Amino acid sequence: MTAVAPVARPAPAAAANTIGTIEARDFSFWYGKKQALKGISMKVPPRSVTALIGPSGCGKSTFLRSINRLNDLIPAVRHEGDLCLDENSVYNPSLDVVALRQRVGMVFQRWNPFPKSIYENVAYGPRINGIADETSLDEIVERSLRRTAIWDEVKDRLRTSALGLSGGQQQRVCIARALANQPEVLLLDEPASALDPSSTQRIEELVYELKRELTIIIVTHNLQQAARASEYTAFFFTGELVEFGPTEQIFTSPREERTEAYITGRFG
Amino acid sequence: MRTARSRHLVSGAMIGLTYLAAVLATLPLLLILVHLLTKGASSLSLAFFTHMPRPVGEPGGGMANAIVGTLVLIGIATVIGLPIGIGAGLYLAEKKSSPLASTVRFLSDVLNGLPSIVMGIFAWEILVRPIGHFSALAGGVALGSMMIPLVTRTTEEMLLVVPTSLREAALALGYPRWRTSISVVLRTALAGIVTGALVAVARIAGETAPLLFTAIGNAFWSTSLSQPIAALPLQIFAYANSPYDEWHQQAWAGALVLIAIVLIISLAARFATRSRFGAPVD
Repeated sequence: MTAVAPVARPAPAAAANTIGTIEARDFSFWYGKKQALKGISMKVPPRSVTALIGPSGCGKSTFLRSINRLNDLIPAVRHEGDLCLDENSVYNPSLDVVALRQRVGMVFQRWNPFPKSIYENVAYGPRINGIADETSLDEIVERSLRRTAIWDEVKDRLRTSALGLSGGQQQRVCIARALANQPEVLLLDEPASALDPSSTQRIEELVYELKRELTIIIVTHNLQQAARASEYTAFFFTGELVEFGPTEQIFTSPREERTEAYITGRFG
Repeated sequence: MRTARSRHLVSGAMIGLTYLAAVLATLPLLLILVHLLTKGASSLSLAFFTHMPRPVGEPGGGMANAIVGTLVLIGIATVIGLPIGIGAGLYLAEKKSSPLASTVRFLSDVLNGLPSIVMGIFAWEILVRPIGHFSALAGGVALGSMMIPLVTRTTEEMLLVVPTSLREAALALGYPRWRTSISVVLRTALAGIVTGALVAVARIAGETAPLLFTAIGNAFWSTSLSQPIAALPLQIFAYANSPYDEWHQQAWAGALVLIAIVLIISLAARFATRSRFGAPVD
């Protein structure tokens, strides 16, 4: 277990209860001239599940991809305001973005295992953290696959291609791959939108299990999923954060009219 | 009824035409192969691969020096063309929209369309004239310069096919960009890049013009990089131009060997792509 501590992680004893806090402070984001996020301010508590909902193009994925700075790859992007992980700005120039991404795992809408074996997929992250010892790797791979409840299905075929699994299984391998890095935060970008109902249910159960250990932010188009799986919900609309609060309150007594209109299906 | 019938007729005729075009497209290769086999196969023997050319009048002899010379030239060209081409292709794919990338992309295409004899003149200008004599190195450089744009563009195309999602997956796991490029992007596209490289090799293997003022040919055995070297296309050119019947025979046999080399490389390329979308399992 202890072998997996990357350099940039704060000492666990120092802030055991607040590790994995994400806070946006008046955060805006532009793709070229197009503004995708407008002054977002919200604080996601550690070890919780937060759902980002809103119609397509409202900025929820942009927000998610800003947290691990995956948007940096797109030319001509810029931001204003700040985005903090555990009180440290992720845009701090002295911050190592590689270390940041090891602390913030991400799972994508379309499962994207590498064209390698199941084992190699999960071991990919730890390997770059310098874990070369086979026994430790075996242990991490097994633990990660157990955490995503797929170990029993794949333990006899770890050395076969991950591309041979079903979509739902591949997605769980991708989650295991993200967990193998021992992240504090897990970002899920519509992880179940291309899966069948039973695979979706498994992913949701998984999210519920995992929130005990890490902070989860999940982008979803499925409102029932947001209501079922999350504790907090943020409703984005045309780049603005319209409302952020406990899921129950958002779904039963939204303060904003636009939120109510969206969750009752009047638009979006 | 009538319209349906005429529609079927037109459709049939069109299918027939494309069928004909498809057959015609492969006809030249078939004709060449048949012709070469009938003319050249009779002169082909083990001696052709192991013996040196004999003077006019003496029967037998082979093209051992030219076969080895062609392989040496391909080797030099590959050593030059492959790393530069793959590196440039990687740059073009990773820095798609930088001004340098679009310039390089355009110039690569120009270089690709450049007549091969110009490559020969270029190599002569930089490697023959200053040194004072023809050399295998100059020939290899001429062929290598032809390979660079071919490899650059195929590498770029193969890399662009690698899904962004794979790239993002690696980056999101905390892979630095350079390692993502090498261990995920390049690795995933490897089979395609290998194919592109082999196709480029096959393409330059038969080039004659770039060798005319560079490698120039050699009637004797030489594998030295600083000396003129024999090459199959040059030997074929020289023998076919000669007035002697036995040399004509040898030229046919040489052409057959050259085509066989190109064919083997192309088949290897086919073989390499077969598993392109399969999973290279460790």
